Amino acid sequence: MNLRRDDPILNMSGVRFQWPGRTSFALNVPAFCLQRGETVLLLGESGSGKSTLLSLICGTLQTGTGTIAVSGTDLAALSGAGRDRLRAEQIGVIFQQFNLLPFATVSDNILLPLRFAPNRRSRTKMPFEEATRLCRSLGLPDDLLGQRAASLSVGQQQRVAVARALIGQPPLMIADEPTSSLDAGSQNAFLDLMFGQLGEIGASLLMVSHDPRLGDRFDRVVELSDIAMIEGRAA
Amino acid sequence: MIIRLAIASLSARALTVGMTILAIALSVTLFLGVEKIRTGAKTSFSDTISGTDLIVGARSGSVQLLLYSVFRIGNATNNVTWESYQEIAQRPEIEWIVPISLGDSHRQFRVMGTSTAFFEYYQYRQDRSLETAEGALMDDLFDAVIGSDVADTLEYSVGDPIVVAHGLASFTEHKDQPFRVSGILKKTGTPVDRTVIVSMEAIEAIHVDWKSGAKVPGKTTPVDMIRQMDLTPKAVTAALIGVKSPLQTFTLQRAVNDYTEEPLLAILPGVALQELWGIVGIAETALLAVSAMVVVTALIGMMATIFSSLNERRREMAIFRAVGARPSNILGMLVLEAMLTAAVGALLGFCFLYVGLLAAQPVLDSAYGIWLPIEPPKWREIGVVLAVIAAGAIVSLVPAYRAYRLSLADGMMVKS
Ligand SMILES: Nc1ncnc2c1ncn2[C@@H]1O[C@H](COP(=O)(O)OP(=O)(O)O)[C@@H](O)[C@H]1O
Ligand SMILES: [Mg+2]
Repeated sequence: MNLRRDDPILNMSGVRFQWPGRTSFALNVPAFCLQRGETVLLLGESGSGKSTLLSLICGTLQTGTGTIAVSGTDLAALSGAGRDRLRAEQIGVIFQQFNLLPFATVSDNILLPLRFAPNRRSRTKMPFEEATRLCRSLGLPDDLLGQRAASLSVGQQQRVAVARALIGQPPLMIADEPTSSLDAGSQNAFLDLMFGQLGEIGASLLMVSHDPRLGDRFDRVVELSDIAMIEGRAA
Repeated sequence: MIIRLAIASLSARALTVGMTILAIALSVTLFLGVEKIRTGAKTSFSDTISGTDLIVGARSGSVQLLLYSVFRIGNATNNVTWESYQEIAQRPEIEWIVPISLGDSHRQFRVMGTSTAFFEYYQYRQDRSLETAEGALMDDLFDAVIGSDVADTLEYSVGDPIVVAHGLASFTEHKDQPFRVSGILKKTGTPVDRTVIVSMEAIEAIHVDWKSGAKVPGKTTPVDMIRQMDLTPKAVTAALIGVKSPLQTFTLQRAVNDYTEEPLLAILPGVALQELWGIVGIAETALLAVSAMVVVTALIGMMATIFSSLNERRREMAIFRAVGARPSNILGMLVLEAMLTAAVGALLGFCFLYVGLLAAQPVLDSAYGIWLPIEPPKWREIGVVLAVIAAGAIVSLVPAYRAYRLSLADGMMVKS
């Protein structure tokens, strides 16, 4: 795996994607780049293709045309297993909701990525202690670690998801509307904590949202319509 | 951690998983139980007669002769005349010979006429001999020794009078000659437990007023007169024989089979048992196949529940994919869960088997004389458990492959 430090963490060019069997929607990204340590907010309406774009970056969806390079590695050059491995090692992911395995404990949820990412695993000397530390820094009480994820409030679950995305210090964090299920008050507190931890490990952040008010704390705010041509937007 | 997650995921669906486990457990219990009863019945049968080298009777099938002479199943078509019996008894190969006369009954139990030598030479479970629990062996003409089941069922004790019926399940009882219980035998787990034993002479005495199976009208010889009569048996149903040296067994067998005065048959009990197993073998195989099918059915039930759970677990699979799991990891996890389910089911089935054995052991023993030993699992049974786990894994591959395809298509986004 090519890991030149000066490569941008994400580099997309000439990407064109269409859902198989659907002609009404197509996503075109002529060029988009994310530097190491950079935080970017990507704004777009609902149905504009934000989640689709993130899936392309994570390698769970594939394009026929163009290149998507994560940490300098072109996803198209990798096998399915290779893309899964790259995602496991390089990217921490947070969704809008349902981030955690409800039946598993909080600590098992946080440690789960290490199971699929040997490099992140070896960077984490004492996994359980690291999970505890992350939880503390994200304002979660210690006794939460042994509880089942389903017993947590939505706000707590989102913070556990941040801890899981950041364990083992991946260079890129991808967040798909992580604050939409939180009320306005806790949105800010959540972002404060998340940015605090991001800054500590110097990871990049690509977060998508439909809410432009969140833009202040990001290095860059990008409209999806500025970097992408979206055809036939869904209603 | 993956096993811990699998267990957590299973216990989150405790109800359906519990039902699946129960179904697998019961099917495994059935399978192992059938197997136990099968082997138990075989050993019980083989344990019923030992130390006897040859059984002689009128010519019929060897299995038939074995069944009626030893197991009291079915009836003899013909008797052996007393003259032939005497002639065989004189042969040089004979170490001992015991006559058996069957055909009468007392309530639901069969009456067997024999000599006291029977108690000396009849052996079961390798080398055990009959022993009396109470009372003594026959002394008087009208003395009867009863097996332990006879005593238990009819609540007889030593000294009680009993009446013997001619023929089996017949209502015409030999009212005139009341027998007396002189002794009760210890439990053996063989058909002896369900037999009323009297002397050969007693059998003759019963039939004094009978001719070709029917009572001579108006004729009732008083007991005192019977005691004066010559009660030498006219025929025997079969004879148990011990030879002096094992090498002579076949010589004697051939001599009996070639006997010219009347058609006779001599069998080796072990060989006849083998022949019997050959006959019941088909039924055995069928029974095993049916119980194996029940296990398969339970596993297919498990497959169905995995299938129906897939849709609600798509989010779970998306989470796994997001943290870097491959679709094949998801396939592996489902197979692992199925193996755990099958393993717990099979082990629980084992527990049920032991509980069932504890409960059924006395019942089977008293009702059928089949003793099922409670012992640690045999390799064969452990093999069954491993086979069930493996079959669970194989069966789960079908829904697991569907999960593989689903998670490949869904990626991190579940279309809701
Ligand atoms: N699995 C799928 N198959 C086909 N079309 C899909 C699928 N997922 C999303 N889409 C379509 O892709 C378009 C973009 O959706 P999405 O990326 O979820 O938008 P956003 O995240 O910005 O709300 C929508 O028209 C949606 O209907
Ligand atoms: Mg979306």
